[in-house]
Amino acid sequence: MAGILVFVEQRGGEVRKASLQAVSEAKRQGGPVSAVLPGSGVGDAAAGLGAWGADTIYVADDAKLGFYSAEGYAEAVVKAVEQEQPSALFFAGTAMGRDLAPRVAARLGVGAIADAVGLTRDGDAFSVRRPVYSGKAFATANTGGKTPQVISLRPNVFAAEEVAGAGVVVAVDGLSLSIRALVKELIEAEGGELDVAEADIIVSGGRGIKGPENFALIKSLADALGGAVGASRAAVDAGWIEHSHQVGQTGKVVSPSLYIACGISGAIQHLAGMSSSKVIVAINKDPDAPIFKIADYGVVGDLFDVIPPMVEAIKAL
Amino acid sequence: MNCIVCMASVPDTASVIKIGGDGKGIDESGIKWIVSPYDEYALEEALQITEAQGGEVTVVTYGPDHAEAALRDCLARGAHQAVHIRGGEATLGDSLTIAKVLAAAIKDREYDLILCGFKGVGTDCGQVGQMLAELLDLPHAANVTELEVGDGSLTAGRDVEGGKEKVESPLPALLTCQKGLNEPRYAALKGIMAAKKKPVEKVEVSSLGIDEGGGGFYAVEKLELPPEKAAGTIIQGDDDASAAAAELVKLLREEAKAI
Repeated sequence: MAGILVFVEQRGGEVRKASLQAVSEAKRQGGPVSAVLPGSGVGDAAAGLGAWGADTIYVADDAKLGFYSAEGYAEAVVKAVEQEQPSALFFAGTAMGRDLAPRVAARLGVGAIADAVGLTRDGDAFSVRRPVYSGKAFATANTGGKTPQVISLRPNVFAAEEVAGAGVVVAVDGLSLSIRALVKELIEAEGGELDVAEADIIVSGGRGIKGPENFALIKSLADALGGAVGASRAAVDAGWIEHSHQVGQTGKVVSPSLYIACGISGAIQHLAGMSSSKVIVAINKDPDAPIFKIADYGVVGDLFDVIPPMVEAIKAL
Repeated sequence: MNCIVCMASVPDTASVIKIGGDGKGIDESGIKWIVSPYDEYALEEALQITEAQGGEVTVVTYGPDHAEAALRDCLARGAHQAVHIRGGEATLGDSLTIAKVLAAAIKDREYDLILCGFKGVGTDCGQVGQMLAELLDLPHAANVTELEVGDGSLTAGRDVEGGKEKVESPLPALLTCQKGLNEPRYAALKGIMAAKKKPVEKVEVSSLGIDEGGGGFYAVEKLELPPEKAAGTIIQGDDDASAAAAELVKLLREEAKAI
């Protein structure tokens, strides 16, 4: 059985959680697991990957890789592929992973399968289950026998688990790094806001919250739960909150362990973006709102009356 | 500043999806086809750039007959030229083959910028833009929500988890566009009438040297609807919201173990 190489993403030397999930999933698949970590001053981060299941860790450490560039990072990953000759190449389906995977795949002359939520394996060949039509359907697909099989894994679907192990760190050498499109700056959102795409708990507000000032109420519940603030298209299009918070077919497709929809009626496009969440809660005045059809728990009532005592009850836990 | 916009014709986002007879694709009966919503941002940006700096917008699509209506929609909004590469039924979701087709059709045209939506709504792969950039040896920036195009270079802001990356790139370059970049215009009646007279260049895939049936890079084994959900627990909160809130939190804690 040939091995799986995992692209590992770091920010400021800290490995992203979604990448640990990808390494762990590769380990659970059996067979050798390797990782490739591009960046600048990332030696410590690399050494730590053994504890998540990586047997070999390829490090591309170069000042030119301090900020992300698809071209530079692709070169590092392709070099590691040449050294390791894996049967599959995993990426975490983050903004970076989703950007880099297709560029690497095209450079290797193979296809890529995005947004895996399930993997089955027959020998070295993967069948990948992935949502299509924003989760209105699920496709099971493969790469038509082409290797390496480039697959990006949806964050928060596969568990990260530590294992007893220490990996061997190998330097990726001979990089030429001719980079044209380069990130010059990363502007972090105020207050280190948690992104819906990464959050394990999401509290979303829709038209029913009536105005931008009331996102403070949504945020109070999200904060109490340690979650992120989401929004329906109606709230985003009204200008109440930035698009980066939008969940739905023309926003982000999410699958947190808990999704709380407040004042969201549940248009088909919104349901498409969150229906694969593990537990769905709806709070809405209208008992006939479509959101209740897919909710595991629903409260028929005014969100302005329901949320404040919810926050108190959660804080009292 | 000449811009090429890659556009996909996709099912209306309000469509109810049903599985087709072969169990691998959707039932297309009754589906209304539209310009993929993110491609609208690509087109709008291209129109604004050429309106400000001169040059032409060419929209390229690779798809079956239904793609022509979407192409006419782009012409009605102001695109100067339209290219319809006919085919694509067998390569739906096969990002690399799609990128190869587009690359073959685009490589000899004059352009400074190629703009795509960040994903086609439907197959939701979000890969064609980056692959096309690689095949054409162009720098790219994906998920772009801010853009300034200067003389020979561009600065783009792209959405990442918890923030925004500022990317600088020389031209020519490829961008994939995300909501927030602009407000797409609708086609006005005058544009719709004018679009009817504009020619659509038809290209056969075979003339690009690509065999659609030649064993692609993405094979669908099956397509299924999501599993049905059992009915949930509904709590009446109209009379005593505090009691309903307390019950909900208790259920989430003890039954769902979600908090």
